[in-house]
Amino acid sequence: MVDATFDLALDSQARGESLRYALRRIAIYAFLGLFALIYLLPLFVVVANSFRELPEITRNGLIAFPQSFSLGAWPKAWAHYCVAGTCEGIKRNFFNSLYMTIPATIVSTLVGALNGYVLSKWRFPGSETLFVCIVLGVFMPGQVALLPWAYILGALHLSNSVYGLILVHIIQGLSFTTLFCRNYYVNIPDDLIKAARIDGAGFWRIFFKIILPLSPPILIVTVIWQFTGIWNEFLFGVVFTGGTEQPITAALVALATSQMNAHPYDVASAAVMIGAIPPLLIYLFGGKYFVRGLTQGAIK
Amino acid sequence: MSAALSANAAVRSRAVLRDKLAGWTPRLAIAPGAIASLVYVFGFTLWTLYISVSNSTMLPTYKFVGLKPYFDLWSNERWRVAYGNLFYFSAFYVVLSLAVGLALAIAIDQRVKGEAIWRTIFLYPLAVSFVVTGVVWSWLYSPDAGIEFLVRSLGWHDFTFRLITDRYTAIYAIIATGVWQSSGFAMALFLAGLRSVDPDLVKAAQIDGAGPMRIYRKVILPSIAPIFVAVAVVLLQFAIKTFDLVVALTHGGPGISTTFPANYVYDLMFQRGEIAVGAAAAIMMLLALAVVLVPYGLWTVWRSRGESAHG
Amino acid sequence: MATLSISRLFKRFGSVEVLKGIDLEAETGEFIALVGPSGCGKSTLLAMIAGLESVSEGEIRIDGMLVNSVAPKDRDIAMVFQSYALYPTMTARQNMTFGMESRGVPKAEQEAAIKRVASLLQIEPLLNRKPGQLSGGQRQRVAMGRALVRDPKLFLFDEPLSNLDAKLRVDMRTEIKKLHLRVGKTTIYVTHDQIEAMTLASRIAVMHQGAIQQFDEPQAVYDRPANMFVAGFMGSPSMNFIPGELAKSDGRPAVAIALAGGETATLPLSLSPTLRPANGKVILGVRPEHLFRYDPNLKAQKAGLAMLTAPVEVVEPTGAETHAVLKVGEKEIVGRFDPDGAPRLGELMALGIDMTHACLFDPETQALIPQAAA
Repeated sequence: MVDATFDLALDSQARGESLRYALRRIAIYAFLGLFALIYLLPLFVVVANSFRELPEITRNGLIAFPQSFSLGAWPKAWAHYCVAGTCEGIKRNFFNSLYMTIPATIVSTLVGALNGYVLSKWRFPGSETLFVCIVLGVFMPGQVALLPWAYILGALHLSNSVYGLILVHIIQGLSFTTLFCRNYYVNIPDDLIKAARIDGAGFWRIFFKIILPLSPPILIVTVIWQFTGIWNEFLFGVVFTGGTEQPITAALVALATSQMNAHPYDVASAAVMIGAIPPLLIYLFGGKYFVRGLTQGAIK
Repeated sequence: MSAALSANAAVRSRAVLRDKLAGWTPRLAIAPGAIASLVYVFGFTLWTLYISVSNSTMLPTYKFVGLKPYFDLWSNERWRVAYGNLFYFSAFYVVLSLAVGLALAIAIDQRVKGEAIWRTIFLYPLAVSFVVTGVVWSWLYSPDAGIEFLVRSLGWHDFTFRLITDRYTAIYAIIATGVWQSSGFAMALFLAGLRSVDPDLVKAAQIDGAGPMRIYRKVILPSIAPIFVAVAVVLLQFAIKTFDLVVALTHGGPGISTTFPANYVYDLMFQRGEIAVGAAAAIMMLLALAVVLVPYGLWTVWRSRGESAHG
Repeated sequence: MATLSISRLFKRFGSVEVLKGIDLEAETGEFIALVGPSGCGKSTLLAMIAGLESVSEGEIRIDGMLVNSVAPKDRDIAMVFQSYALYPTMTARQNMTFGMESRGVPKAEQEAAIKRVASLLQIEPLLNRKPGQLSGGQRQRVAMGRALVRDPKLFLFDEPLSNLDAKLRVDMRTEIKKLHLRVGKTTIYVTHDQIEAMTLASRIAVMHQGAIQQFDEPQAVYDRPANMFVAGFMGSPSMNFIPGELAKSDGRPAVAIALAGGETATLPLSLSPTLRPANGKVILGVRPEHLFRYDPNLKAQKAGLAMLTAPVEVVEPTGAETHAVLKVGEKEIVGRFDPDGAPRLGELMALGIDMTHACLFDPETQALIPQAAA
């Protein structure tokens, strides 16, 4: 928007104008500031409470300036707290999430890249329809897949194990990763492929020597979104695993709901932080890739 | 001479065969992923559909019983509450997220300082699980230690903030938390859209004498109308799949007042041993999604065809 | 033997016939230009020669060998693309060795080939740069280098200069011509720019709607276009088409054209048409450079001279010459005039026409009417 500049001294209308302008600016910053507070409040509460002593929290409430400091909640949450029958903290669950998320992210991204490569550069009759069919998986509600997965995982003896969840997330992630990669590869000029074919390169040589070197932008975006999505996923984690095999999202719910009387806000806050930090870190360091993924993916 | 020619021909025909096989490499390469996806998308759906018309209870049994599970489903009050909640929630959630997201985007677009910081603040909920959001906000909503406690401790001793413990208002807690989580997403997309408006259009409007409000209403917002629709569709999708947030925030309570379809599906399938009815509920969710997505898909195809026709 | 021989070639995409019976031959060392407007099928034809598109019907032979089902890498061809198609993540050197690596050529040979080509194209200092660090002209030379390194039987160019700005295009055109003189490989060059075709080719194939309209040497295509499409496509500004009727003037064959106000002008022909079209209607084709300001003194010197008066509607000086639009009857015609004594706006000008180069076309078939000395 273009702002006109006025000569303040000479023009009373200009003085009024600049006053209105200043008021507008104040209003905008106040509005943004207010919402920023609302957005940051939960983050502040969780971080602060993980470093406060529980009696002090109960006395002063959750939303208060910390008046105590203790690191004790963290080791408790990590290794000692009693959740769902065992008293090992959420360490196990954290690693479950890690063992589940990393392989599933890597495999689904690579297969998605291969799929995107084929669907954009080696079209064949029916490849567009195939693409649409694969992408439908992005919109499918997980509930429709619950029963079939339960049956399949049972038959493969993968129920209540991280491996089962890895399989689930790979297959379900393929829809999303294929969508992203194919839409990215479509923008690579076809002439590159033609030149490579004339140069004698075949399908795989072109993929490894030409396409993959051009892929870091989309691979980063895809990995970030997949990691965040799989780490934060809850439904399949809670349905197909239990107790110590659960990923951290399910463990957090168990922890937060297993209360009798006094909520252990300090330990629970530390546990929430442990569960939320990996995606948050990725967000802080890879924020622009997050947004790139948004604008690319949501508006097809 | 002829031996050399026929040897030549043999080499060439082997080369042709090799090239024909090479032509199949792309299809073979995509086959595993494609088959897995198709089994997932279509196989699972059909399987669940079949279970939803069978007499299964605890385990799948495949005797066809027609639409009986669906009647059982709809005769259940909890399901009706859940479905009603879904509509109510979706309307508020989508509209409010769009409104807040748009307001934030317009505010940031006014060339404020520190734009990257504002964006980071409003967008970080996207990196956070609905579960974490639900758990933390449930603490904030709790009367004993959360907002009510805070306001009382500041002096207003009679202040009550029982949103979440009242069966008639708990749904608003879910709506508010959902909007908190998703308006950053709407904001990011609106901001990108506002930035992509042709600056010449705005300049022409300014020369025409329009003030900022009018320019926004008449020039800028209409240009980004497609983004409204895209964001609304994505948000509706999230709304229909709502599960994590409810479990973490209210567990469907108080009572059954904030049950959502996804929660009831889980309940039917894994706690009540009624998987046929659960499958029917899952199919109802799928239908709800289809009602949103199919018109949108058709509309985008129709629009792009119209655009290419006009060049 | 012809390096490239195409017979009765058809290409169909479903029910759409994109190429309708193409016959083409290129002798060793020839530079053939495929020229035509977008959609005429020239790029499809090139892709089929390269093996990137399949053949629906017909034969393509390279050095006598049938290559219809032979893969591109086995056809011994090289191609330069409009978008250069340089691999963006590799240096110029790696771009050029990529093909040799794929074919397992020994390192020593690769180095020798790079040296030879780099000095030929003067791109030695660019070898270690990536395409993103090169200018448009440099990229084009690296793309040509990649093609030259193969030492193929056939060079294929797909509109290589279209992405360059006008001045660079002219410079690169000359470079391509010099390169062809030095290297002498059979070349098939696709372009929509008829000037490129005229300046570079030894023979031009003008294409329109999937068929070759004319395949001949440049000057022949220019002077004796086979039909109105070729006549209008080649040459800029394009040939003027004026409807008229066959007539006689002093016993000699002539064309009568309508002027404003119901008058007619009878223009004597220097040759005589050998075919007479239906009811004598013809279309007279005159190129803009064959129009000039009529000078009565010239009549004695020039044989096929005709004259008419026409009002001048638009005058466009270009520096080297002045273009003017004049109204002849209902039609507007364009002429190229000497800046000295150029037409003035609004003037009713005495227009001289050099009829020795005029063409006659049949209005129905649009084909050229052959003429012979009377």
